[in-house]
Amino acid sequence: MKFIKDIFLKTQPHVQKGAKFHWLHSFHDGFFTMFFVPKNTSKSGTHIHDYIDLKRTMGIVVLALVPSLLFGMYNVGLQHYKTIGELATAGFFDLFLYGLLKVLPVVIVSYVVGLGIEFAFAQMRGHEINEGFLVSGMLIPLIMPIETPLWMVAVATAFAVIFGKEVFGGTGMNIWNPALVARAFLFFAYPAQMSGNSVWVALGKNDTAIDGFTGATPLADAAAGNINFSVADAFFGFIPGSIGETSTLAILLGAVLLIITGIGSWKIMISTVAGGVVMGVILNIFSGSAALSPEAAAYFSMPVWHHLVIGGFAFGAVFMATDPVSAAQTGKGKWIYGFLIGILAVLFRVVNPAYPEGMMLAILIMNTFAPLIDHYVVQGHIKRRMKRAKIAA
Amino acid sequence: MSKVIKLRKGLNIKLKGSAEPVLETLSLPATVALKPTDFPGLTPKLSVKPGDVVKAGDALFYNKYHPEVVFTAPWGGKVASVNRGERRRILEVVVETDANAGSAEFKKGKPESLSAEEIKEQLLKSGLWPFIKRRPYGILASPDEKPRAIFISTFDTAPLAPDYNFIMEGQLGSFQTGIDALAKLADGKVVLGIGEKSVFGNIKNAEISQFSGPHPAGNVGVQIHHIAPIGKGDVVWTVQPQDVLFIGKLFETGKVDFSKVFALTGSEVEKPKYFQTILGAPVSLITDGRLKKAGYKQRIISGNVLTGTRVKPENYLGFYDSQVTVIPEGDDYEFFGWAKPGVEKFSASKAFFSKLFPKKEYVLNANLHGGERAFVLSDQYEKVVPMDLLPVFLLKAVLSNDIDKMEQLGIYEVIEEDLALCEYVCTSKIKVQDILRTGINTMIKELG
Repeated sequence: MKFIKDIFLKTQPHVQKGAKFHWLHSFHDGFFTMFFVPKNTSKSGTHIHDYIDLKRTMGIVVLALVPSLLFGMYNVGLQHYKTIGELATAGFFDLFLYGLLKVLPVVIVSYVVGLGIEFAFAQMRGHEINEGFLVSGMLIPLIMPIETPLWMVAVATAFAVIFGKEVFGGTGMNIWNPALVARAFLFFAYPAQMSGNSVWVALGKNDTAIDGFTGATPLADAAAGNINFSVADAFFGFIPGSIGETSTLAILLGAVLLIITGIGSWKIMISTVAGGVVMGVILNIFSGSAALSPEAAAYFSMPVWHHLVIGGFAFGAVFMATDPVSAAQTGKGKWIYGFLIGILAVLFRVVNPAYPEGMMLAILIMNTFAPLIDHYVVQGHIKRRMKRAKIAA
Repeated sequence: MSKVIKLRKGLNIKLKGSAEPVLETLSLPATVALKPTDFPGLTPKLSVKPGDVVKAGDALFYNKYHPEVVFTAPWGGKVASVNRGERRRILEVVVETDANAGSAEFKKGKPESLSAEEIKEQLLKSGLWPFIKRRPYGILASPDEKPRAIFISTFDTAPLAPDYNFIMEGQLGSFQTGIDALAKLADGKVVLGIGEKSVFGNIKNAEISQFSGPHPAGNVGVQIHHIAPIGKGDVVWTVQPQDVLFIGKLFETGKVDFSKVFALTGSEVEKPKYFQTILGAPVSLITDGRLKKAGYKQRIISGNVLTGTRVKPENYLGFYDSQVTVIPEGDDYEFFGWAKPGVEKFSASKAFFSKLFPKKEYVLNANLHGGERAFVLSDQYEKVVPMDLLPVFLLKAVLSNDIDKMEQLGIYEVIEEDLALCEYVCTSKIKVQDILRTGINTMIKELG
């Protein structure tokens, strides 16, 4: 430990202002503060400060993502061997290793590109490096289809960090969840590559899929009117889909950690699910309408809890909607914000089959409206204060 | 008892080193001093020069814009020096004490038999007026204003705070006299906030409200908010319990008596307990020889760990403080500190294993435990502010210098101590108290 500290302390003078390597200042500071909590003490205001800082907060979110990541790796292998028809002969470690080797590069690309840009901006602005990307950098791979080309991951990450975050002033100032900006960017910029059924399952050049393979996700199937997935498979996650979103169980593990530590907002999680359920029930009620095509009617009448276990609904509710920066910030606002995300996600999915992944768009739209919701909540608060002041006076 | 108010939000920070209920009387210090810097917004003008001889209760300096508001010597003797800082700002007016100096003479008499004007004049002349603070803004009360009411919190919930039940032992009579005097100034409207077990329950001539709950339930600002909130154009005054004693003794004896009890607390103190000395005593009088010998730096605070002022042994105790706290400075690097399980790390969040041991007392140091960031987490502040208030939005209004919004969001109701816990819990290490004072200063400048 002392050895590492000495390295940082010895190199510190060389990155100070005016020194030769000042352009590495943010880089040095970023790693130094990661290894060692700085020795800065309080100069004004309270003399003691809570031990919690942004590093720990973000660290816990990353930890909460680990179950989804690990399961995602396993599932990538599972879907691959299933598709080539060799599932019976492949063991657990074959599946996991295959997935690990497929997923790891995506994670690395996301972190290297994203952190690289973050470091550069921190250096330019003379700020400390913000920990926000530690989470975004993990979220981005988890919401990508496994066959997304790495260069696309890199472009999307760069777009998300620069236009989703840095142009607004960095972490804490952004309007949209940066990871979803990355996903939306790919969705709209490369629709040909990012939709269809071929991106969800990893296949090598020489692999051939077994007969009858479609590679379609339950979400895409449902949009076409085929509700034929097993709810148990969808809950445990043995279905095709984006890397980290398939297993509702793994996501729930993360949710438990976020709620216990108080870092993710349980209000948003619960209200999002409630919104999804309510919209599902409304669609069920209208499923008998004669105006609907048979496919649409089938999707309309899908049991509501199915919506919670397929696609990105659970992942979005737990990890995306709860991003404290882009979500509503007032207590009441959080309930409204989450509820509307749930409503819109299910509505988009079912009523507009051109966008099967309604969750992404629902969250981005509600990110946009979150300040408006807060504005009205704060206005209500002010009105109440004024009224009370009048009574007192 | 009229009301019992239960507060849920807030946070008790359990520090090691609370004072045992033992009182030691200290000998007269060689010097005492008043510090104009203890009074926010004051422009002091000197009434004395070094070499002058004063009695206790003789003016040392006065408020330039309200010359009738004078600040008097806590003990008589020779004015030793006027210590100045940058741009010749007066920092300390030091008096070399003389055991036989005596006190200036004031009127003696029951407050009931005096008029409000007489009481006001007596408080102004004797230098007790500055113990009355005014809300909004937490600044010196102006003699021209008439308050809606005077609020006194008789208990302190801040970390390691002194117990006024103990300090008041045998002095409740003087306290009652002080309340009687204050009641005259506010047409009988004096409001006492008392804690759960309180010796102040039988005080007369005042409305009594009982409060329970974690810190900041003992803050007078929080109590005002729940009894009768401050709106625009409203003025209330606040006084602290030991300062009520000064007022009571003045009317009982016709002399000033600035004897004051301080609690010496904190994990770095050998035997934390109470000390009787006088207002303006040097810090070293209380701390010398009573701190643990340590191989690391220690931080001495006049006041509590949330709102106190960092002092050195050669400085003097704060005018409004009743407590000295000593904690480790904590200026070391910590290897992967943010990633450790944190059994030893008290936190308001639930992100450390210390949460599993709710009864434990902790040694906390002055380290920031992280770097300063933009606002990221959203509902941390609300959880520690038991008021109908949106602290983050109020602070953002201050940062954007939006006077209307500051007013609407309740800047009249809070001073630094009321939002100090926000600064403690903040993940982003935002300087809440500094920001709030900037906002208050803006309000004073723009609206007067």
